[in-house]
This record gives sequence, C-alpha cells and structure tokens, in this order.
Amino acid sequence: MAINVIKPGLSTTVQDLGRPGYYHIGIPTSGAMDTLSLAAANLLVGNPAGAAALEAVFMGPELEFTTDVTVAVTGAEMPPKVDGQEQAGWTAFRVKKGQVLSFGFLKAGARAYIAVSGGIDVPVVLGSRSTYTLGALGGFEGRKLQSGDVLPVGGGAGAAEGRTVPEGLRRRPGTPAELRMLPGLYWHRITEAAGVRFFEDTWKVAPEADRIGYRFKAGRPLEFVDREQPFGAGSDPSNIVDACYPYGSVQVPGGTEPIVLHRDAVSGGGYFMVGTVVSADMDLIGQLQPHTPTKFVKVTMEQALAARRDRKAVLEGIVAALG
Amino acid sequence: MKTRYSFGGDEHIFVECDEEMSLEAFFKGMSITTALREAKIKGVTEICPANASFQVRFDPDVIAPDAMMAELKALEAAAQAAPSTLETRIIEVPVYYNDPWTHETLMRFRERHQDPTSTDVEYTARINNLDGVDGFVKAHSGAPWFVSMVGFVAGLPFLYQMVDRARQIQSPKYLRPRTDTPRLTVGHGGCFGCIYSVRGAGGYQMFGITPMPIYDPNQTVPYLQDFMCLFKPGDIVKWKPIGREEYDNTVAEVDAGRWMPRIAPVTFSLAEFQKDIDGTNARIMEALNGH
Repeated sequence: MAINVIKPGLSTTVQDLGRPGYYHIGIPTSGAMDTLSLAAANLLVGNPAGAAALEAVFMGPELEFTTDVTVAVTGAEMPPKVDGQEQAGWTAFRVKKGQVLSFGFLKAGARAYIAVSGGIDVPVVLGSRSTYTLGALGGFEGRKLQSGDVLPVGGGAGAAEGRTVPEGLRRRPGTPAELRMLPGLYWHRITEAAGVRFFEDTWKVAPEADRIGYRFKAGRPLEFVDREQPFGAGSDPSNIVDACYPYGSVQVPGGTEPIVLHRDAVSGGGYFMVGTVVSADMDLIGQLQPHTPTKFVKVTMEQALAARRDRKAVLEGIVAALG
Repeated sequence: MKTRYSFGGDEHIFVECDEEMSLEAFFKGMSITTALREAKIKGVTEICPANASFQVRFDPDVIAPDAMMAELKALEAAAQAAPSTLETRIIEVPVYYNDPWTHETLMRFRERHQDPTSTDVEYTARINNLDGVDGFVKAHSGAPWFVSMVGFVAGLPFLYQMVDRARQIQSPKYLRPRTDTPRLTVGHGGCFGCIYSVRGAGGYQMFGITPMPIYDPNQTVPYLQDFMCLFKPGDIVKWKPIGREEYDNTVAEVDAGRWMPRIAPVTFSLAEFQKDIDGTNARIMEALNGH
C-alpha cells in the first residue's frame, strides 16, 4: 500500500499536527501550517484529525496509488483530478488502485492538504511524522518529496465518498487579510507614533514566505526609542540579547520588514519582536500568497482568547458535520 | 537586574531576566525554569531557557494566562534563594580556524560585511585590539565558554566567553544575513559564539569550522545515539585549535564511527567564578585534562 510520486509539486511535505516538546533545543514543532484544513481533510477520509497528510505549496503533486483509498483535498483551492477528472475540494472521493491524482492551477490560498485514508505512514520521529526540512528530520527522509519517492500508506478501509465540509466551516483569509496581534515582547522599543503606523499600514506578503516565517513589506519603517544598546545585544537598535522567539511572534530586523514566525520557526535569535499573532490566526497565514495585502489588527488578551474559542468552535463544527 | 514579563500571544509568556547579558541573568532564568519544571503546573507545555531570558508555552484552555503569569511571578520570588551551582560537563571542541570552507563562503558574501576588504577573523581581531589572526586564536581558544542557550536551529549552542567583560570578544552581525553558512561553522555575533549545527542562513561572523558533528537526526554518530543534539544549557566548551591534517583525520574518524569527543564532568559555581575567574577556569581545565 503506497503512493508513487510521479511529480512532487513545488514543495510538498508530510505533515501532521506537529512535534511539540523540543523547542528548547531548537527543534520547532513543525506540522501543518493550516491545522484546521489538515484536520478537515483527515476527518473527511476517516482518519484521526492529526494523522499525517501531504502539504502542497502553490502547486499540487502528481501521485499514483497502488491501492484503493479515500482522498480529500482541503485548504487552498487547487482542483484535484483523478485520471484527469476534476473532483470537488473539501469533499471525500475514492481513488482506485492504479489511478493518478493530479491538480489544476492554484485559484486561491497557498497550501492544499491531501489526506489519504490510513494516513502517510512514515516513521514517527520524536513523537511526530512532520517534516522539519532545515534539520533534515521526520517526514519522508527529512525533506520535501521528489519524483520517484514511494510513500507508505497506513491500512484501513477509508470513509465513504461524498462527505463534505459545509461552506461556512471552510476558514479563509479575507481581503486584505487581517492578522490579529497582541502587542508585547519588545513593543516598548518603538515610538508611540511608529506603533500607530504599524497597525495603520497595509503590508504585503513578501516573496520570502515559507514554513519558517512570513515576511511582510510595503509598510513604513519603525522608529526606535533611543537607548544605549545593552551588553551582548549587538549594535543595531533592532538587536536584543539573543532570546526565544514565540510561535507567531513578529520580529522586525532593522525596523523595516516584519517577519511572523511559523511552524518551522527558528527558536530564538537576536532581533526584537513587537508582539505575537494570536494562535487563532496562524492557520490563515498558511494560506497567504506572496503580494497578498495584509493588515495587523491590535487585540487584547480577552479578544485573543475569544478568537481562540471561535476557532475551536469551527473545528468542533467540522467534527460534528463529519462525525 | 529587573525581571520583565510579557505575553507572547495567547500561548506564551516571555520573561526577560535582564536587558543585558551576564551569567547572573542566565542563572536567574535557570533557577526559575528549574523551579517551574519541578512545579509540574498543569497546562505548561514547553519551557525554553535562553541567554538572559526564557519563554514558557502554555495551553490557555487549561490554565488562564493571568493565572499562569501569577504562578511564574511566585516562582521568581522563590527562585531568588536558589544556589547557583551546576553539576555539568566540559566538552573539548576542535576548531580549524581560518579554514577554506568558511573562507570561500565569507568571500562569496563579502558585500554584506562591515569590512569587505578583510576576513571575518581579521576584522574581529582588529576591532577587539587583538594581535592579528594568531592573537585572535589565542584569545578565542584561551578560556572556556559557557553554553547559555541552545536554539535558533536544532542543537545550535550559544556560547558565552568565560573571561571578564573587558576581555570578551564582541563583533557585530553581518549587515545583511548570509543565505548560506557551512555546517559546523564556528561563528560569533554580539558577545556570543556559536556552532552552526546545520547548513543554512546566518548572520554571525565566521571564524572556523569543527570536524565534530553536534546534531545528527539519524543518530548514527556514536555520541549522539542517546539524543540527536549534543549540547544542553550549562555545558562548558573549550576550543582546541587544530590544523588541516588533524581536521581531515578527525573527519575520517567521525565518518568511520570511531571518533569520540573529550568530555569530563565538572562542577560550576557562579559565586566561585565571580570571585576568581582565572582560578575557576584553571580548575575546570584540570577536570578536562585529568591533572
């Protein structure tokens, strides 16, 4: 029971819900950037929500199946095709032994999640099947897929075809995308006026946007509060004594282009951070294409926790719909 | 030393023990994080110590952010009295300074450097008033270094030079980070040394390379079979300058699965170090050299 990779797509990796517990030695959680879509895809095919699936960025792979399976594709709009026949997204469909799954062009979003009944059965490393490419750890040989790879698939009959995630439960970023952010960490390093402008400006996703972090440009540079740099920090006003970086934290090297760290985050470093994108909006970042206009929206902890409850309600809605 | 607390979104608390780096700030963070680990508070998912700060990840569905914050502040008060003594180890790391691989890389990214006309070692020697490359190697490898953080990428140690502040080597990071750094490069930024555990981007000055793997996801390296990362915060490192021949021999031995690093257990006391830096270092070196 396997999948033959005919074409790998641009950057397709095996991901599950991640590998928490090793960030203190620099190994990030990894896992799907859009965990809601990963969970939905898995539930559609009858897998546990956190089974390992494929995350395909911007461009889908071409895969041949050596066994009958149920498949679902969620997240980015990138129409799946079975032997050339287009299938609906967010909906379970059957693929028979010998058939080929391919994809049409990306219409919206950035990352498609391809779940296969039984899950992608690569070895569990430090508690997860997720790929951490920078550390060559986990997933399929610690790297993105290549032509000729043969992916093992777990057993199981797979769910029936035709089940679908209701439209209202398919969470997508708006236009402009809005990322709610709790100011903090080293927020005090920038002037009040710079802080106001940071939230006023419409930023754009830069081409340097990947699983480590998303860079944004086109906003006005931040002005710093004057200080004598503390010993050990380095001479640039954006430098700090190297510290931990929270997931979702927004660092601004040189005060120019904010970077939001994501699932393959570098665990620490010497750049100051102005705050942290709330956990509820991390999924949305995974669906942003380069050049997407984006606004950071200032929130309080109460609003962050409310957003967290809303996201959880969406997940519970998906579970209830696919029960 | 004033402790500063901040929420990192709804899942993290970030605690800065001090704005500037010192071993005192590191030990304060270590006392609190050790107490936190022992407290086994429900909802705490990750505890990450850093140089002069630390970070706690928690599940706000299990413990409310304000309650988590209150727990941490209570622990800070209790941890003040903790003794600053550490049962740790000293690890000898061979370094081939001015090696051809970091040299090739630093030449390739020269326009991103403060001084495009010299090398990273020459530049750092000059701004630290050291006598050229030889003087630099002597200063860099003369005293042990303290691992005050592990992170950035898998298993990368940040190293704090165990000499008085006036003698600590300092250098800026590259003006713009490189997109490439050879694996096992010995680097330096601000007051921190590091060893790049994997190949990748980086902004630290590059001084040399070690033949000694420090991260092995496949765990085939004999001394990385217990765990894939070698370093832990609190480890002490002694650089050993080597030449091309010893570098090549060591690489061959590592590849054959025969090479083992020199490691010895040692007790480190912050109070003793504060009183007598050179004496403490001499005692630590005796532990490594066995006399």
